[in-house]
Amino acid sequence: MKEILRWPAAELAQKINRREIKAKEAVSAYLEQLYALEPELNSFVTVDEEGAYAQAGRIDELTQSGKNAGPLAGVPVAVKDNLCTRGLRTTCASRMLEDFVPFYEAGAVERLRAAGAIILGKTNMDEFAMGSTSETSAFGPVKNPWDISRVPGGSSGGSCCAVAAAQSLCALGSDTGGSIRQPASYCGVVGLKPTYGTVSRWGLVAYASSLDQIGPIARNVEDCALLLEVISGGDKRDSTCLDRRDVDFGRAFARTSASPQTSPQTSSQASLQACPEDVRGLRIGIVRDYFDEGLDGEVAAAVRRAAQQLRDQGALVEEVDLSLVSYAIPAYYTIACAEASSNLARFDGVKYGYRAGAEKGLHPMYRRTRTEGFGTEVKRRIVLGSFVLSSGYYEAYYEKALRVKAMIVAAFDKAFSRFDLLLGPVAPTTAPLLGQTGDDPLKMYLGDIYTVSVNLAGLPAISLPCGLDSRGLPIGVQLVGPRFGEKTILQAARAYEKACGGFALSPMTERAEKKGGMKV
Amino acid sequence: MTRQYETVIGLEVHIELATRTKIFCGCSTAFGGAPNTHVCPVCAGMPGSLPVLNRQVVEYAMAVGLATDCRISRLCRFDRKNYFYPDNPQNYQISQLYLPICRSGHIDIETPEGIKSIGIHEIHMEEDAGKLTHDDWAGETNVDFNRSGVPLIEVVSEPDMRSADEVIAYLEKLRLIAQYLGASDCKLQEGSMRADVNLSVRPLGSDSLGTRTEMKNLNSFKAITRAVENERARQIEILESGGTVVQETRRWDDNKERSYPMRSKEDAKDYRYFPEPDLPPVEISGEWIEKVKKKQPELRDEKKKRYESQYGLPSYDADILTSDKRLADLFEETLEYCKNPKKVSNWLMVETIRLAREHGIGIDQVDFSPENLGKLITLQETGRINGTVAKEIFAVIFTDDVDPEKYVEEHGLAAVTDEAALRDAVRQAVEANPQSVADYLAGKKKAMGFLVGQTMRSMGGKADPALVNRLVGEALAQKAAAYSSFCR
Amino acid sequence: MAQEISDKMIDELEILAKLDLSGEERERVRKDLGQMLDYIGRMNELDTEGVEPLYHVMPAVNVFREDEETGSSIREEILAGAPEAVDGCFRVPRTVE
Repeated sequence: MKEILRWPAAELAQKINRREIKAKEAVSAYLEQLYALEPELNSFVTVDEEGAYAQAGRIDELTQSGKNAGPLAGVPVAVKDNLCTRGLRTTCASRMLEDFVPFYEAGAVERLRAAGAIILGKTNMDEFAMGSTSETSAFGPVKNPWDISRVPGGSSGGSCCAVAAAQSLCALGSDTGGSIRQPASYCGVVGLKPTYGTVSRWGLVAYASSLDQIGPIARNVEDCALLLEVISGGDKRDSTCLDRRDVDFGRAFARTSASPQTSPQTSSQASLQACPEDVRGLRIGIVRDYFDEGLDGEVAAAVRRAAQQLRDQGALVEEVDLSLVSYAIPAYYTIACAEASSNLARFDGVKYGYRAGAEKGLHPMYRRTRTEGFGTEVKRRIVLGSFVLSSGYYEAYYEKALRVKAMIVAAFDKAFSRFDLLLGPVAPTTAPLLGQTGDDPLKMYLGDIYTVSVNLAGLPAISLPCGLDSRGLPIGVQLVGPRFGEKTILQAARAYEKACGGFALSPMTERAEKKGGMKV
Repeated sequence: MTRQYETVIGLEVHIELATRTKIFCGCSTAFGGAPNTHVCPVCAGMPGSLPVLNRQVVEYAMAVGLATDCRISRLCRFDRKNYFYPDNPQNYQISQLYLPICRSGHIDIETPEGIKSIGIHEIHMEEDAGKLTHDDWAGETNVDFNRSGVPLIEVVSEPDMRSADEVIAYLEKLRLIAQYLGASDCKLQEGSMRADVNLSVRPLGSDSLGTRTEMKNLNSFKAITRAVENERARQIEILESGGTVVQETRRWDDNKERSYPMRSKEDAKDYRYFPEPDLPPVEISGEWIEKVKKKQPELRDEKKKRYESQYGLPSYDADILTSDKRLADLFEETLEYCKNPKKVSNWLMVETIRLAREHGIGIDQVDFSPENLGKLITLQETGRINGTVAKEIFAVIFTDDVDPEKYVEEHGLAAVTDEAALRDAVRQAVEANPQSVADYLAGKKKAMGFLVGQTMRSMGGKADPALVNRLVGEALAQKAAAYSSFCR
Repeated sequence: MAQEISDKMIDELEILAKLDLSGEERERVRKDLGQMLDYIGRMNELDTEGVEPLYHVMPAVNVFREDEETGSSIREEILAGAPEAVDGCFRVPRTVE
């Protein structure tokens, strides 16, 4: 792998800002890697080579004139294809939006561009973010770069795959029930789902509005923090977006700040600035309920080793019962599908997207358009969502789910009165083989068991690589923080990462160079 | 008919609010405009767009609620109403079901039996739909989202009305309230006020309610009256012939003067309401309610009293002027240019209403600038034009809103006040009509009027009539003096 | 206890969701929906007595915009992706008979 592809985001941006290298060189190196691996991985729906070079040209002009081009100057970012990009096709990996080109841009993408980032293209995903394997895409499944016979996870499978294969330096994903964390875990990268309301949802094609959050995917914790800082902050176009003042996540990891630290920390909130990687005194709860019979033994062992590692570094690690675990998925699917059935009603063949031809009446046109335009999993969820909201069932399902959600929030509140962070697995297993999950939806849904409660409670959580299983597949550990607890999460994550000596990219990245820049 | 029936009516009235922008986006609410020119990603239901609530919508809804004695909810939320129709870009309407902004109010109407209180069940906020126009040739429908997202309040009454007259009285009163608050212009023609009528009948004296139907597409008070009477008759006929009334929504066709069932089997009867996740709830504090109360403008009854006390207008005038917010506004605004309240009142009550009727438009569509009426009254008061000319010019102001000063100049309509010229004209009239002079001298005082008329005509109607009267009088007096000396 | 999904229920869902569910798809929906309802019905084992439904996880209230016009006419952009547009309007099969 080329040297330029090894630099973390902050370092690459610094070199570009200092005119040591050009943004165009970074773009060309990454595009070469992207194209070389794309035939095997299928992680992109659209590659925007022209746009990427144009943006790189602007960055280089800025730096040539002595200006700072931003904290992400020239940093290549891959954007999940459910985030609207002006003038660039946004498909949600659905036939329904195969040719949809938005004329407006997602808030998070605007912020990326303003920070100097370069959008390489749009990543493949489960259709409308509904799935856990990235196999429900209308553009074919994404492969896992650690083993291309396996899935990369989902729904942000393309984004996580692209980062793990160094097709992009970092990426944006969206997480409704685990859609950033689970593929990050399968692909061995760092993925963070922020507190609900931290990143604007403007321009994110909604799946379940009350659960969706956009988040960063990166190779390391520092890049993840930097990206998070850039995309966070208020947006008047999203009423649920909070105007948080404490979004200086990246600055805490400024390259000069690794000074040793003297006073032990009892609580986390204050001290990230002082020492980004100190976990002494940090109270971490291991969620006992997550280590049940459904959890793969190798995954359990790796997660426990990660907990032990943090303990060794001075964290106070204890077990905690979160309870309600088995009700989280029922509540999640009830709420998510209900909202989805309404959010996806707008795809009707009238204003944009696919329309089935040759239908005489209005309602037959609606029906054929939606029957042909949506894939099986999307229709499955729309049907379930329509059902749980229909009269006679609303109280028993939808409202009941909102009560369960209230209890889950209360359970987390209770846990966070004793702990600064909670620790557990991300997914019950490592990446499964392609084509194994689709037929049994229930089995697929059960894979979300450790991630969905975090969305129901609107909490921040990160997925970190914590080793490989015996087949060489990455395992992820999840750190969950209280509301607005991103800094604590990042602090612990950084400490863990440092103790591990950093996280490895997929072996495929080394292979790519030998094959050279093959264009597709 | 063997039995006596009572009609039970409740209304759902949609009122478009007079905000500058839509309820959830910054697009203009201006009426008209080429199709889809007041549209953005939000009100076109584009993927990834999100709603943000217009604060003014909440305040207008509160204002109407306060003016109708409603309880303002301290916490209210928006809900999604899900149904597919092309005028509804998201295929859901953002409305309020579970926690509407206002509840439990009333409007008092006058009936022949005295004051009657009509209960208001609730008032909620929601967004309007786009406009569909049907192309008969192509067998297709065109969709324009300019009205999509225009803010509405829906005022839901209790089933307290018993006749079309009560319905009209309630609607008139509600319209005046909204107009006076500045919350809406309530133009039925433009659809900014629309009423759906829920109607059932029951045997007189019965306590239980009959099965009701809902009537839509009622565009005028006349249509409402006809629809109420027609539906009452239709339901009684069904019951009398031993049938049962089906609970359904019916569409009124005012041309055919009958209604038709509206739903097809593809229409969802189940709206699957659920709380709108994209909008945080609205919390209304006591202070906020007080602030809105303080800003509440003068309502009709107060205004009427003030017109009588402050301007010394007869109660009759005050009643007419306040019967429409537009008329009252014109009155007050004209007074800024002309300080004679009674004169202004007369122009509005008589000429304005007459011309509106003549042009077949409602008072709310009257559209001339008060400044021009003010100037006109001043022109007349200072004798620069006479009354006839003033009326003529007013007709032009009414249609084209011309500046009367310029108009008088351009059309040479100023009253001739040059005494020498008028004296000349009078002399000619007197000389040309010796018979009239003779008649006058013989005691027929009416003959003087003829001579005044002749003089006015020769001046092209522009002479100051008071002056002409005096001069003709003087000329005749001279003749009389000469005549009497001659006779002696 | 498996939830029975009748044909009538599927017909109704077709109308609500505007989907054609016929043949094989109908049988799959019947099976999947029944299974899912059984599964999510597990929530009913949980006593939620006295627990209020939680609508918004963030305590934010009163997020408003002022009544000020923003943006300009962007009709061309709005209509650019329309499957069918005529005279500045979106066009659909006739909605009334």
